[in-house]
Parts: sequence; C-alpha cells; structure tokens
Amino acid sequence: MKKLLILGAGTAGTMVANKMIHHLDLLEWDITIVDQDETHYYQPGFLFIPFGIYGPNDVIKPKRNYIPAGVNLIMSPIEQIEPEKNRVRLAKDSRYLEYDYLVIATGTRPVPEETPGLEGPGWGDTIHEFYTHSGAVTLAKRLRYWDGGRLVVNIMEMPFKCPVAPLEFVFLADWWFHEQGLRDKVDITFVTPLPGAFTKPRAGALLGDILERKNVHLVTDFYAEGVDQDAKVLRSYDENEVPYDMLVTIPVNMGAEMIAQSGLGDELNHVPVDKHTFVHADYDNIFALGDAAALPTSKAGSVAHFAVETWTENFLRYIDGLEMTHQFDGHANCYIESGFGKGILIDFNYDVEPLPGKFPLPGVGPFSLLQESEMNHWGKMMFRWMYWNILLKGKEMPITSQMSMAGKWN
Amino acid sequence: MTSREIAGKTIEFDEDGFLANPQDWDKDVAQELAHEVGIDELTASHWQVIEFSRSDFDERGEAPTLRRLKVAAGVPTKDLYELFPKKPAKKIAYVSGLGKPHGCI
Repeated sequence: MKKLLILGAGTAGTMVANKMIHHLDLLEWDITIVDQDETHYYQPGFLFIPFGIYGPNDVIKPKRNYIPAGVNLIMSPIEQIEPEKNRVRLAKDSRYLEYDYLVIATGTRPVPEETPGLEGPGWGDTIHEFYTHSGAVTLAKRLRYWDGGRLVVNIMEMPFKCPVAPLEFVFLADWWFHEQGLRDKVDITFVTPLPGAFTKPRAGALLGDILERKNVHLVTDFYAEGVDQDAKVLRSYDENEVPYDMLVTIPVNMGAEMIAQSGLGDELNHVPVDKHTFVHADYDNIFALGDAAALPTSKAGSVAHFAVETWTENFLRYIDGLEMTHQFDGHANCYIESGFGKGILIDFNYDVEPLPGKFPLPGVGPFSLLQESEMNHWGKMMFRWMYWNILLKGKEMPITSQMSMAGKWN
Repeated sequence: MTSREIAGKTIEFDEDGFLANPQDWDKDVAQELAHEVGIDELTASHWQVIEFSRSDFDERGEAPTLRRLKVAAGVPTKDLYELFPKKPAKKIAYVSGLGKPHGCI
C-alpha cells in the first residue's frame, strides 16, 4: 500500500481528500488526514460577525461531515514532521504515521503575541481582531455598545490571509455606523505597511478612492513596532504614532509552530515550495497547499481551490513517474464587500494584476470586475453555499483554475 | 526600462526604477545608489545588510523582507530603520541592486 498523508483538514486539506478519493485506487492507496480541531470554520464569514450580518453559528460545521468515507481521519495535534524518515509524529499516543507522499495544509494563523503590547489588559476590550471565531464574536458584542471615537484598523505585517478582508472591514464599518446613526461620532483610519490601500496598483487606486469617498483616513508605509496601551497609540518603527479608542488589528500571521520544529518553513513558518507545482524546495515527496505555502500570491480560499485543482492533475502524473505539466499561475479571485449592499470582484494571478471587465462570462458577467455592483455583493453572499456544497467537496466549479484574460480590458 | 550612468558604468533600470540586472552591481554602484536615497556614507553595518541581501537573493530569488533580515541576518528592525530611514525594505533592495521587493499579497 502506498500512503498519502494530508496534514490539516481545513479548506485545502479537505479539498485534497475529496479529490483524491475519486482519483486514487483504494486497493493501492491509503489516504489519511490529520487535524486537531473538530470544527470547520467558514473563515470568509468571520468578517460579517462583528456587524451582526452572520451569527456565531452561521459559519461552523463539523469537519467530519466533509471528509469522505474511505479516508482515515485522525484527530490529534501534530508534533513534528521527520522528512528524512518519511514520517510524522502525532501528539496522540506519540504515534508515528509513515507516508510516501505528504501534503502540508496546516494553514496560517494570527499570532498577536508577536507584537509587543498588543495583548494585555486592553485585548478584547479596546483591542480586537476578527480573524478567529472567538475574536469576531467578542468584537460583535463590543461594537454593539460602543458609543464612538477613533476606530483604527491596522495590518501588522505582510503576508496575511485574505488580504482584502481588512478593507472590507472598514467599508462595512462605515456602513454599519451609518445604520446605527453613529457615523458622525466615529473617525475611521486604515493603517497599512504597504505603500497604498492594496499591493496591486490598479486595484489599489480604486480601493484608495473608495476609502476617500467613505471618509476613511489612509496611513501607508506604517510598519508597527508595538502598541502602547496606556497612551492608546499604535507606534511604528520610525517613531510615528496613530492614536486609537478602538484598535481592530490584523496580527502577524504565521504557519504552524510544528513547521518550524520540523525545519521545513521560512521565518514565518510558511513552507517554501515551487510556485507552479507546490513541491517542497528540499523534499520531492512533500507538498504544501493553501495558506501553509509560501507563495507570492494571496493567502485565500480561492487560491487554495485553484491550487488544489492544478496540483491534482500534476500529482496523478507524478505518482506515475511522469513530468508535472500543469503550471499553477497564482490565480486568485476575491469578492470585496464594499458596504451598502455592494461589492467589487477582482481576478488576478502572479503576473496579471486585477483588471476591469466581466466575469465569468466575457462581456456578459453577471459579475463586474474591479467595479462596485450589487450583483457582486450577491456573489459574495452566495459563496457560502458554494463553499460548503461544491468547493469543499471537490466538485467542479464554473471557473477555470488558470486565470483567463477573456472579458477583461486594459 | 531606462538606463543611466552610475559610477562610470551604464546601468539599466526596470520599470519600478530598480536595477534590472543584479550582476551590473558593484560596491561603487552601491555607494552612488545610496547617495540617491539620502544615505551619505555606507558603514560596516550597512554593508552587513547589503551583503546578506545579495547572497539571500542568489539563494531565493527575491530581496529579503524586514522580518527575514531580523530572523535570518539578526539585524533588529529598529536598526534597519536607522540605517535605511523611512522605507528600509525598498532602500535595501535598491542599494543592493536587487529588484523591487514583492511585498507579497
């Protein structure tokens, strides 16, 4: 029996399990997936919880429901990968799992303790995050009784998952405070280490314009050194300060600690892999997919989806001793909620920045690229159903994994 | 793509204004590029950062991030801001003759 071992049953790992069960012969293959948590979170939904659009229960399902019969599911923390011995040590019973091929899909997570002063007495009171279920729920409670002041949303460091979410958060905050009749009492500032609202120039310009129109202040090139909770300021390495009454932060994102202990990661515990084939830089039977991988594209569910599609084609050739002919292009596709029932859609890859146009049908849509529309908002809201029922189950989506230029204009 | 004369050599710059070919770079070029971004004198501390960045680029194909300089080269971020004020990641890549940092998204 050959052994395929998948670490992590989040978006990428679950998709890999569902793809492989259809493609691999179970008389020849043993497929095992390991995760430490029972709950699968629909992470794109965290954004909506602080504003009461989704409740805490709208974004959770049991992981077990999404792992197909025929795949072994083991619930345990992972202690270490031993790549020289082709095995993984689990916390549960100190058990070893051997593999012929290993897929690392352990994601990335916010690590607030990386930033001095971020945790402490103000954490959960004047300082919040919305990238975890508990953080989003705590913020929802706090916002409900907040009577206004300086709201600062800041990004600590690149890269972090879902790079459009902080912008969506300020767009929704602008809308929500309007709805509450509080907008005049809330001063919103968006603080980023990037030189603009977003890295890609054309999308950055459009999003910057929307910030201005919504009267959100933009502070760029701000690399935060730490937070002074007594003075209520966010401080940068070059001694600039941004005062806050409520700070909503996107903490430093890091891959699993186990990656570092296994000597397989970069300085943020993300796994360096070939950007077209996902093969590990040092081990040709180890792959990293989803947010766990260090790739020059967004850490996002759509990227994980396109990556898994491409990887599947390649992997089936690879195990037959053939060359991997499918090249992942870094394709990402993101709905950006822009508030007041509208949204923007961007579609891009390693080489082509987001461009205007219609998507997915050229000239028809129904979605508009790099432009606000109500239809884009509905696309975003519909996506939750697609995620649970199509994407996670590894079924065909009506979008190609390679980015297409059809229907876009320069 | 434009080209300019730097330290007696004709050097090509890419569309972002960074050196197009890292092999055109030498220490005299670095000195002049440093002047352009407001650094008068390259000290031993500057050179430590520049040399690490060049060898890291050879190995990994991209200019290091500030975190990588902190973790892998052991230079505190605060020092990087003092050595290369305002936009250290960009200035380090520029003076080291490397392409614009990805600032990955």
